Amino acid sequence: MSLSELYQQLILDHNRSPRNRGALEAPTHSAVGHNPLCGDQLQLQLQLMDGRVAEVAFEGSGCAISTASASLMTDAVKGLDKDELDELFAKFHALATGDESSDKLGKLGAFGGIRDYPTRVKCATLAWHTLRAALHGELGATTE
Amino acid sequence: MNVAELRADFPALQQKVHGRPLVYLDNAATTHKPKVVLDALDKFYREDNSNVHRGVHTLSQRATESYEGARAKIAQFLGAEANEIVFVRGATEGINLVANAFLRPQLHKGDEVLITAMEHHANIVPWQLACEATGAKLRVAPMSQTGELLLDELETLLTPRTKLLALTHVSNALGTVNPIAQITEMAHARGIPVLVDGAQAVQHLSVNVCELGVDFYALSGHKLYGPTGIGVLWGRSAHLEGMAPWQGGGDMIRSVTFEKTEFAPPPLRFEAGTPNIAGAIGLGAAVEYLAGIGLDAIVAHERELLTAATDAVAAIEGVRLIGTADAKASVLSFVVEGVHPHDIGTVLDRYGVAVRTGHHCAQPVMAFYGVPATVRASFGLYNYHAEIVPLCKALREAQELFA
Repeated sequence: MSLSELYQQLILDHNRSPRNRGALEAPTHSAVGHNPLCGDQLQLQLQLMDGRVAEVAFEGSGCAISTASASLMTDAVKGLDKDELDELFAKFHALATGDESSDKLGKLGAFGGIRDYPTRVKCATLAWHTLRAALHGELGATTE
Repeated sequence: MNVAELRADFPALQQKVHGRPLVYLDNAATTHKPKVVLDALDKFYREDNSNVHRGVHTLSQRATESYEGARAKIAQFLGAEANEIVFVRGATEGINLVANAFLRPQLHKGDEVLITAMEHHANIVPWQLACEATGAKLRVAPMSQTGELLLDELETLLTPRTKLLALTHVSNALGTVNPIAQITEMAHARGIPVLVDGAQAVQHLSVNVCELGVDFYALSGHKLYGPTGIGVLWGRSAHLEGMAPWQGGGDMIRSVTFEKTEFAPPPLRFEAGTPNIAGAIGLGAAVEYLAGIGLDAIVAHERELLTAATDAVAAIEGVRLIGTADAKASVLSFVVEGVHPHDIGTVLDRYGVAVRTGHHCAQPVMAFYGVPATVRASFGLYNYHAEIVPLCKALREAQELFA
């Protein structure tokens, strides 16, 4: 397992130029994610219209994996409803922990290498846990 | 001191990680164990395994002699008396013992406990708990941007309300060595007892608790080349004698009836239940090993190494050192512009270089410097100059990868 399989170009690119970074004017859902292991924090805001994600944005400081994961996630969830989001969460979680192949997940499949770095799985899933907390009306999420 | 020869004493150092020789620079988290420690543990379980302070049979007698012998070795190592050495799980438990058995009974609403801005969570939270339970207030002595305590400000925080000063000897996040003797004089001039967290100090400095003049000194065995799960609280006899037990059970009593229990004198009063016998014996072997090398030689070697490593890492563009005190030991903490410490840790690991990345259980220190985490390389007696090269090479690789 080489470093380039973990840090794929897509991940490096999204770390350098994260998409959907910032704050929304009228969020309907939000949550703060926290990884107590490394101190990473992530604020996630969503604006749902007619039950689907219309706008999404994140802020916070994190490692390349968590930043790229938040960036790619925010791109991937636009237009989805809650059921679809839950389904995607489950798929991504399975990918990161090694139960799912990466071919069904499009760009998110870039995180397929993370399963060989067990200490970094939580970096990749922080944004997703925060997303779920926001959708289910919880104020915060922790990867602990 | 011949480092190449000493390295042969440490089996765990003789391995490769991801195909490269292990460069272990996470000694502030825990140190590797020399063969003499591993052998002492092995011998105890194979030959002497028995409970201590009970039983007249031969094995129990041998176990007791080894356990109490370890206490004597550690006492000598610290310049103390054996009856002042309480075996605990680690520095954390030692601090909790003092918080509960010494401080709590005399802490009241309006009193204060003084700590410093550079403490490990282990020297913050036990005092916070004691303060919350009693209505006392936790005060924090500030430090400078270089990571040095501001002694004038610390002195003004030592007031008639202060019931204890608790501070670290060496900062685990910054490497700062605090002037303990001088600070203790300031506190004692006002009748304030001093607890020192020595978890990061005893392996890097020659520590004599009597010369420091402090009241309590806590340390962890596993950072001192000994086993995990064993540590020491040293306390002045006068304090220990006056303290009630904090845990009850076997081994800490003189006599028990259902009406009343008479407690054993210190240190056994504070060692309820079967102790970590093997751990104590292993720690005894560790301090004997260190004394054999000589702390002065270790201090000189590590100082030279830290200076060389600091110069090499600081020369890399984009590196910001966190903690630049004049007096430092072992710890080189830094951040690299544009690369998160966790990513550096993963890249370094691929080069066989083990460092700690994160907040080092010192979140207030991270907040002070405005960083979420740092990379921390920390040196031990078995590290040597050649290991600075792969550290710097891997750092440059990380910079390139994330450029």
